[in-house]
Amino acid sequence: MDGMTQLQRQWREHTAYLRKEGYLDDQFEQLQKLQDENSPDFVAEVVSIFFDDSEKLLNNMARALEQKVVDFKQVDAHVHQFKGSSASIGAMRVKNLCIEFRNHCEAQSLEECVRCLRKLQYEYSVLKNQLEYLFRLEQQIRAAGV
Amino acid sequence: MFGKGASSSKSMEIIGSEKKFSVLIVDDDPIIRKIHGALVSKFTTEIQEVKNGKEAVDLCRSGASFDIIFIDKKMPIMNGLEATKELRAMGVNSTIVGVTSCDLSSERNDFIAAGQNQCYEKPLTIEKIKSLLSELNKNN
Repeated sequence: MDGMTQLQRQWREHTAYLRKEGYLDDQFEQLQKLQDENSPDFVAEVVSIFFDDSEKLLNNMARALEQKVVDFKQVDAHVHQFKGSSASIGAMRVKNLCIEFRNHCEAQSLEECVRCLRKLQYEYSVLKNQLEYLFRLEQQIRAAGV
Repeated sequence: MFGKGASSSKSMEIIGSEKKFSVLIVDDDPIIRKIHGALVSKFTTEIQEVKNGKEAVDLCRSGASFDIIFIDKKMPIMNGLEATKELRAMGVNSTIVGVTSCDLSSERNDFIAAGQNQCYEKPLTIEKIKSLLSELNKNN
């Protein structure tokens, strides 16, 4: 099996793995359909904006939960935004955690909110690593095809 | 129902159409603007984007007109419902489509009452846009 074929197989297998394990849902496939020769880096560009946004939102949530008097509506606003952006790129596990997190905001349970934030930070960092690996494979495929 | 296109004798068709139509995307989320921009670009090249309802209103007030306006509900400065009411009060008769990340069934009445023609849950997909354009073609 030549290098290019092997890389393509790795890419297919990794994408299938991410879908099977629930990291990504159909929405990610919708983004991939939008990528073409006119916008060959479309998915990577969208995900890059998502990474920047996510880091700001996670910091905002952490700061909001550290306040002496926690404003749960403010925390919820950040989580709602994160839920929206994660749904936009098909980040299913992250999105589902945001839904759980919002329930705890509504219940104004600080302990559960903090626990949820930690889970969210973990899931986000795993997703980020997985997607960065996928994009590295894509770059290698493109380089091999030149 | 199809705003400024209603007086045209040509009906609007999806992908591959000779008839161009113009779209305004109104959303404070840069991810959504990029995704919706890419989606809509499969159907037309006449696309503009703004970040909130006030920018949409100011753009239309300056003379710009659009066949379809996709507008988010929750935005800073001026939200989608306020902007829709303002646009309708100005006489803008574009097809206005609300998009929301909240539960659509509970939001639909708010959207329609504000003067929107249709609403969808985010994110839009090619299928949702095809469905919208097909409906507009029938009504046109």
